[in-house]
Amino acid sequence: MSDLMDLATSVVAQAQPGEGLEVYVTRGTENEVRAYDGAVESLTSADSSGVGIRILLEGQPGDGSRLGFAWAGSLDPAVVQAALSDARDNARYATPDPDVVLAEPDGELAVEQDLWDDGVFTTPMDEKIALALELERATRGADPRVRQVSSADYSDARVEVALASTTGIRSSTRRTTAFVSVDAIAGEGADSQTGTGFSVGRGPAQLNPEEAMADAVLRSTRLLGAQKARSGRCTVVFDPRVVSTLLSVVASALSGEAVVKGRSFFAGRIGESVAGTAVTLIDDPTDARAFNAATYDGEGLACRRNILISDGMLRMFVYDTVAARRAQTRSTGSAVRGGFAGTPSAGCRALVLSPGSKTAEEILAEVGEGLYVQSVTGIHSGVNPVSGDFSVGAEGLMIHGGTLAEPVREVTVASTLQRMLQSVVAIGNDLRWLPGVAAGQTLAIADMQLSGD
Amino acid sequence: MTDTSLIEPDVLYNVLGAALAHGGDMAEVFAEDSMSASAMLDDRRVEELSSGRSRGAGIRVVAGETTGFAHTSDLSEAGLLAAAAAAASVARDGGGGVRTVALSFGPRASHDRGAKTLPSSVPKSTKLDLLTRADQAARATGGSISQVQVGCGDSRRRILIANSDGLLAEDDQVRTRFNVMCVANGDTGMQTGYESLARTEGYEIFERFNVEDIARTAAKRALAKLSARPAPSGEVPIVLAGGSGGILFHEACGHGLEADHIVKDASVYTGQMGKLVASPLVTLVDDGTVLGEWGNFAVDDEGHAPARNVLIENGVLTDYMWDWLRARKEGRASSGNGRRQSYQHLPMVRMTNTYLLAGHENAAEIVAQTPSGVYVSKLGGGQVNTTTGDFVFGTTEAYLIEDGHLTEPLRDANLIGNGPEVLRRIDAVADDFDMTPGTCGKDGQSVPVGCGQATLRITGVTLGGTA
Repeated sequence: MSDLMDLATSVVAQAQPGEGLEVYVTRGTENEVRAYDGAVESLTSADSSGVGIRILLEGQPGDGSRLGFAWAGSLDPAVVQAALSDARDNARYATPDPDVVLAEPDGELAVEQDLWDDGVFTTPMDEKIALALELERATRGADPRVRQVSSADYSDARVEVALASTTGIRSSTRRTTAFVSVDAIAGEGADSQTGTGFSVGRGPAQLNPEEAMADAVLRSTRLLGAQKARSGRCTVVFDPRVVSTLLSVVASALSGEAVVKGRSFFAGRIGESVAGTAVTLIDDPTDARAFNAATYDGEGLACRRNILISDGMLRMFVYDTVAARRAQTRSTGSAVRGGFAGTPSAGCRALVLSPGSKTAEEILAEVGEGLYVQSVTGIHSGVNPVSGDFSVGAEGLMIHGGTLAEPVREVTVASTLQRMLQSVVAIGNDLRWLPGVAAGQTLAIADMQLSGD
Repeated sequence: MTDTSLIEPDVLYNVLGAALAHGGDMAEVFAEDSMSASAMLDDRRVEELSSGRSRGAGIRVVAGETTGFAHTSDLSEAGLLAAAAAAASVARDGGGGVRTVALSFGPRASHDRGAKTLPSSVPKSTKLDLLTRADQAARATGGSISQVQVGCGDSRRRILIANSDGLLAEDDQVRTRFNVMCVANGDTGMQTGYESLARTEGYEIFERFNVEDIARTAAKRALAKLSARPAPSGEVPIVLAGGSGGILFHEACGHGLEADHIVKDASVYTGQMGKLVASPLVTLVDDGTVLGEWGNFAVDDEGHAPARNVLIENGVLTDYMWDWLRARKEGRASSGNGRRQSYQHLPMVRMTNTYLLAGHENAAEIVAQTPSGVYVSKLGGGQVNTTTGDFVFGTTEAYLIEDGHLTEPLRDANLIGNGPEVLRRIDAVADDFDMTPGTCGKDGQSVPVGCGQATLRITGVTLGGTA
C-alpha cells in the first residue's frame, strides 16, 4: 500500500513553481470464473495498474488556472514520467478558469470504512470455481421449466488507490468486491423467458448464491406466457432492482455539475417541492452496507452523508470541488472518478430512498390494479436527465385484485421524471443493498402511461 | 505505418510454448499498444485536454471447452511468461507433460489502410479550433441554445495477434470522432440535441466533413423539440429516415445472430437457418471491410480478416456471425467477427458494420404514402434480449406523420418490438442509404460499430410515449 503513496508523492514532488499537481495511482487484481453446462467456460485472472495525473498551470492573477490531464495503464517509472509531461503539455491549451482548482483538505472528519475482505485472495481458486459450477448446476435443477443457464459467474476484485496533491491531499483507500450472477432461460413450448439473479459482497463468504439462483428462476419462470398488455394509464409498482436503476438516473440530475451547467431539470429548484412528501433521498457513502461505500471521494476529501431531498423538498445537490466553486458553494465530498483514466466529476455513490412501512405485498394490495415491473430496458435511450422525459421497455406482471396476475412483455411505461417523483404513492420497507450507486426497495408510482397493443 | 513489432517473434514462440506447457488445444497472444487523446469544450471553456496510453497483452489458452485467460501490462518476456503460466492453469489436467508445438508463422496480415493525417501529428491548437468553431455555430443556430458541449477524440491502436496454429497478424487502427451536444431552453423546459461524426480514419476527415454542419444539426434537433408534443402511446406505423441510426437492425436481429448466443440456444434465431425471418425486402449484411466506417479494421482481434457476411438475404436467414471459438465447434472458419475492447478482455462474437441493403423506393414517396404514423429522423441507443427477441430503441428526433406530411415534432421516447415480428413488418425500403457510427456494449465490453440503412417503413411498432 505505502509504495503506491510513495509513488504518488514522488510525482507530486516534481511540481514546478506555479503548478498544482494531483496524482492518482491504482493497482488491482481480478478473477472471473464463468461456468456453463457443468464445466468451466472461462477463467480469467489479471493484475492491472495505472496512474492519472492532473496538472494546474497558474495564469495571471485573476485569470485562473489551466487544467491538463493524462493517464497511463502502467506504473512503470518511464511511463509515469511520460504521462506527467503529457499532462503538462495538455494544460497549456486549456482555457484559464478561476474556478479550476485542486481540492484542499476541508477539515471534514473521514468516517473510516473497512471495505476489505481477505477472503478474496485467501479463498483458493478451486473453491471459487466450485461456487460458479454449483450455482450453474443448482439453477438448472431448480425448476423443470429452466431449460438453459446461459452463464453462471463468480468474480472478485481488489483494488488499492493512493491519491496525493500539492494542496496537501493524501488519501489511501482499498476495497474488495465479490460477485456471483446467473442467467436462467425458462421455456415452455415455443416460449422462452429470461431472468438474472446475483449477489454481491466484500468477499466470497458474504455471497448468497441461493438467493441469486432463486431470483433467476423466479424471474424467468413467472414471465412464461407473457403477452403484450393493453395501452392505458395505470399505477406502476417497481421491483427494488428497477428502483435502484431509476434512482441512478435521478442521481445524474442531482449532480451539481449538471445543475450549474444548465443540464438538469432540478436546476433552480432548491427549496421547492420536487417529490411526494414521502420521498426523502439521501446519498450516504459512509454507510458501510452500501456497495459503493467509501472513506474518501475521488479528490481525497472525506465522504459524507448528504440529504438531497427531504420530505419531498429539494435540499441540495452533490458537488466536487470545481462544480462547487462554479456554484459558489463548497464540495460535498462527492467527487467520483472512473478509475485512473477518468477525471473527477460530481456524482452520487450511495443513494438511499428512506424506506416506508409497508411490505411489497401490502403495497400490491393497496394498489389493487396496475402493472408490476420486474425489469426495464432502454434506460440510456429512453430516459433524458436533462428534459426529464422517461420512456422504458418493461416486463413484469399485471396486478389484479391486489395480487400479481398474468405476465406481460413488450410494453413500455412512460412519464417524466418530474411527474414520477411527485406521483410516488408508496415506498416499501424492503430495502435491498445493490451494486451501483443506489439501493432499492419496492416503489409504487401512480398515473404512468403503459403502451402495448 | 507500423513502426516495430510489439513483441519479437522469438519471444512469441517462447510464450506460446509456455502457454501450452500443460496441454491445451490453442494458445494465443494478443498484444496491444493504444494511445488516445481527447479535448472537451463545455460551457464555452476548453475544460479538459486528456491523453492516455495503454499497453499490454492478453494470453488465452483453450483446452477442450475451457478458456484460460490472463493479461499483463508488462510486455517483457518475463511478464508475458508469467501471464502465460496463469492462463495455462486451466489446462493442468489437459494432457500432462510438456508438449512441443511446431510454430510456423505465415505472412503477416498487416495492412495499411492509410490514415493520411495521424492524430498525433495534428497540433492541439488545431483540434481546439474545431471545437470553438462548432461551439459558435451551434450557438448561432438559435437564441434558445443555452448550453453546448463539444468533444473531439482520436485513438491509435496497434495490435499483434499470434497463436499456436501459426497465425501472426498485425493491425494499426486509427479512429477519429467529433460530437456535439446542445441544450435548448424554452417555456416547456429543456431539450437536448446530439450529433456525431466518427470514422476509422485520421484527421483528414475534417477536410470532407464540416464541424459547423455537425453543430448545427445537433442544435436544430434541440430547438425542434422545444415545441414538441408528447409522443403517442401504442402501436403505430413508423418511417425511419435513412441513416437515422440503423440501430433497428443492430438490436432487432444483429445481436441475435451472434453465434455465441446461438450455440447456447439463447437467441430467438437459433434453428432458423434457411427460414424466412424477415420481410423479403430485407437483405442484411455485416461487413468489417467497409473502409473508413467506424466498425472497420484490417484484422479482427483474433487475427482474422474481416469479410462481407450476408446474414439475411431477401428475408431468409443465411448465416450467423462467428468468432474463432464458436466457429471451431461447428468445424467452420471464423467470419472475422472476433473482437474485444482491449487486451484486458476475452474476444467474443461482435458486429462490425451492420447494414440493410438499399431498396428502390423514393424516401419522400414512402412518407407521402403513410396516412398517419411517426417519422423518426434520429435514433439514440437501444437494447435487446436475444432470447426473447424483444428490443427497444430510442428516438431523439421524431415527427408526427399526418396525411402523408411531417407535422409536429415529438418528445423523446423508446420504441419496443420483437425482432422477428418487426422485421416481417417492413413494407417499404428506399434508395437513400446512409451509415452512422455507434458504440456497442455486450457483456461489459464496448467496441465501435457502424449501422446503416435507407429510409424504411414498419407497419406497426409500439411507441412508448405518453399521449
